[in-house]
Amino acid sequence: MDNLNSYLILSAVLFSIGTIGVLTRKNAIVVFMCIELMLNAVNLTFVAFSRHLGNLDGQIFVFFIMTVAAAEAAVGLAMFIAFFNNRESIDIDDANIMKW
Amino acid sequence: MDISSVFFALVAIVAVVSALLVVTCKNPINSALALVLTFFCLATFYAMLNAPFMAAIQIIVYAGAIMVLVIFTIMLLNIRVDENKKHSHQLALGSVIGIIVLMMTGLVLTRGKVSQPVGDITNELINSQGHTELIGKVMFTDFLLPFEVTSILLLVAIVGAVILAKRKLS
Repeated sequence: MDNLNSYLILSAVLFSIGTIGVLTRKNAIVVFMCIELMLNAVNLTFVAFSRHLGNLDGQIFVFFIMTVAAAEAAVGLAMFIAFFNNRESIDIDDANIMKW
Repeated sequence: MDISSVFFALVAIVAVVSALLVVTCKNPINSALALVLTFFCLATFYAMLNAPFMAAIQIIVYAGAIMVLVIFTIMLLNIRVDENKKHSHQLALGSVIGIIVLMMTGLVLTRGKVSQPVGDITNELINSQGHTELIGKVMFTDFLLPFEVTSILLLVAIVGAVILAKRKLS
């Protein structure tokens, strides 16, 4: 029980650090890496709860989250390359054509 | 304080410090390397939680495949180091939102009550049958359909990445 709480606290701290990174950084690749950090914090929660509850479903979810993250990495980095070819920059402030 | 909680505290400190480095480093390559360190710390936690298959795919998929792709993209685009642009209000707002998220999770952790174990997966079962075998048994019975849908997702991602990143023929 105490063990589970320490994992959950650590996971919450990592998730908050990732949130701050997503909201404050300007480089799109660093923002992407902070999203990966948030995904990993959630994965740690899933595995800790799965082990605590004695049920493997949470770890299967972690497997699927990793698959989605891999697909997201492939498509996201391809989008960054396309964006860089158009704008010569990957600053997220330069993605402002659709800004109202 | 036994040896495992001392080890937990050490790895947790490394994980948090490297996560902070991901957010604060000016050079994206340094951020990526700090993120690899965070992934290794998380793999250590999975091993400590007696989930060795998760630790293995954490290192192979995240630290191995995804971060190599990210570092490759950073080097391909040859991004210069961020200049110090003035956006202090955004920094303040982002930090406030991050701290609010932390306080909300803290509230849930202190007010919430975790249920007692409901399943029958114990440390003895994992040690006798093997973690990978147990995961495989669940994945190919209860989660067979999601597993197959995942393959379609990966196929779409491959095609999408090729189409998005190819050079326009003009």
